[in-house]
Amino acid sequence: MAAHPVPTSIDQAAELLRAGGYVADRALATSLFLALTMQRPLFLEGEAGVGKTEIAKVLAATLGRDLIRLQCYEGLDVASAVYEWNYPRQIMAIRLAEAAGKAGDAAQGIYSEQYLIKRPLLQALEKHAGGPPVLLIDELDRTDEPFEAFLLEVLSDFQVTIPELGPVKADQPPIVIITSNRTREIHDALKRRCLYHWVDYPNADRERAILKSKAPGVADRLSAQIVGFVQNLRGMELFKPPGIAETIDWATALTALNAKELDAATVDATLGVVLKYQDDIARVRGDVAADTIAAAKKAAG
Amino acid sequence: MNLLPGNVMHFARILRRLGLHTGPGQTVLALDALTHIDIGRREDVYWALHALFVNRHAQSEMFRLAFDRFWRAPEGADASALIDEAQKPLPSPAPSPLSRRIADAFAELSPQLNANDDAPAEPPAADITASWSASERLRGQDFETMSAAEMAEAKRLMAKLRLPMPEVRTRRFAPAAHGPRIDLRATLKAALATGDLVHLKRKSPARRHPPLVVMCDISGSMAAYARMLLHFLHAITNDRDRVHVFLFGTRLTNVTRELQHRDPDVALARVGRTVRDWSGGTRIGVALEEFNRLWSRRVLGQGAVTLLITDGLDRDAGTGLDIEMQRLHRSCRRLIWLNPLLRYAGFEPKSAGIRAMLPHVDEFRPVHNLDSLAALVAALSTVTQACRAFPAVAA
Repeated sequence: MAAHPVPTSIDQAAELLRAGGYVADRALATSLFLALTMQRPLFLEGEAGVGKTEIAKVLAATLGRDLIRLQCYEGLDVASAVYEWNYPRQIMAIRLAEAAGKAGDAAQGIYSEQYLIKRPLLQALEKHAGGPPVLLIDELDRTDEPFEAFLLEVLSDFQVTIPELGPVKADQPPIVIITSNRTREIHDALKRRCLYHWVDYPNADRERAILKSKAPGVADRLSAQIVGFVQNLRGMELFKPPGIAETIDWATALTALNAKELDAATVDATLGVVLKYQDDIARVRGDVAADTIAAAKKAAG
Repeated sequence: MNLLPGNVMHFARILRRLGLHTGPGQTVLALDALTHIDIGRREDVYWALHALFVNRHAQSEMFRLAFDRFWRAPEGADASALIDEAQKPLPSPAPSPLSRRIADAFAELSPQLNANDDAPAEPPAADITASWSASERLRGQDFETMSAAEMAEAKRLMAKLRLPMPEVRTRRFAPAAHGPRIDLRATLKAALATGDLVHLKRKSPARRHPPLVVMCDISGSMAAYARMLLHFLHAITNDRDRVHVFLFGTRLTNVTRELQHRDPDVALARVGRTVRDWSGGTRIGVALEEFNRLWSRRVLGQGAVTLLITDGLDRDAGTGLDIEMQRLHRSCRRLIWLNPLLRYAGFEPKSAGIRAMLPHVDEFRPVHNLDSLAALVAALSTVTQACRAFPAVAA
């Protein structure tokens, strides 16, 4: 794909996402456009499976930038997020210098860039051929507060400090996308530095458009029924309502089974693609599913 | 003269009064943002300001109401209408305009305002009431203020509190003289400083308290303890990080934010206003269901310990309780039930609610005379046989 220029209007931002196969609403396009223009991180929050991570991937692909991904987890620390010294090589260098009788010189040399292992955050601050990279900080809610506090420095100044080397600052700030599944609240101080966007479940029209773009092999009639069914499920106060990822998976699954339209047997058999909790499946399977199918068919016409 | 900056500032101030965190920094950014977009498109202005002023999903609805009211322009209005609107000075600039505006905003928005900050946008309270409002008693609660002596006592007790939840090992390391792992970075640094002799520096996994989620019953049968329990909850919320507090009677309310106010009297007054089902009935099953559906993934994520404080007297006679308790039990590291029912001599777990709940708790802590904070802290801090029987959790 040819690299697109950085959008200069909301319409272009929407177009950019569309070119990457991402069907966005105006709200997302606005937030994204402002994030790119004002060079602020974009903080995306929403339920699992609504396409938060996808936004960063699409952005990197359409803008022709490198995608650097920092997957967060509990206990993530500076050594795995920013940099680490290559200790074995450092020790080796000291031994070699000792053997050559120049141990004194080694002391200065071992804290230089060749002994530095660069982790995602540091990589993102470096110069990249295609322009500033897209830095995806995925599922930030999985880390702990100390790491969040550390990110504050990085995200406000796009700078990290390596005590032995001094500060490393990006010439041009990377495009930062942060996602959170809201398994805990992220501190306001961090959110304040970002543009906030809540990625919601799409409405029926947009979801059909997404299906068309992501699962082009699915017939319109089936696709409309699938969307109707899933949209109904989302109104049911389930423990985990299906996301868009589930809708796409389900459409692919039904097509693989050669289903032309929804019927009770197929739905019961494939419910596990849409619902991921046994309680939810037990609740929907059978009568509820049958009613929902009927409603979805009626709505789909 | 361009009045837009002033209006954006006033809008930010109103939002701030409504509980959004909109500092001057946000206002400056918002003005910057508006220069990049076509401010003739109301929708774009809306989402641009939304991206800057809102930072949690629950605030979206408040923002919408405030936006519609402040930037009053007919739906689909063209550019000039909005710009005109934005250019107009605030209605009456001098003595009371802003405060009145805010008062208005408050008057109109107060139901939402009083609802919990973190509450989901869907209408939780209204639905529940509608379904069976007949016997639900809604009322606020006033608490006697706390004396200085009581506060000092609470502080002292909190220092003594040892919840039956051992610290857990995190995946982070901290320097430790005899730790199991070698800290290469520190070792190399020390070696360079000292020269020849290399002392191995060591590190071991850091430990910390798991998050704590407290769900506390405030129904009629627990009314006698309400003030004391809230003091306890306030103290514990301010004493450690990662504490979430929910109160329930006939509905569930997250009062974490209210309790985070340092002054216990202010915090309790806020809680008293926010929670509307003081001293009514108890619907434990409904409250747990709501918790499981809306909150469990958000607050139990990092291996939280759950402390359930209730007498187990359930108006719904335990309907649906079994399943919800099971789910709750599966979602948290450890489920502790503190039951003050033992005040009745000859207590037996007869109530349907109690029988439904008992099999699903890791630890059952009945308390006899729960008449003081000290008794509560003592009840929670005792190391019981049950606690020692879980070495795996302690490790």
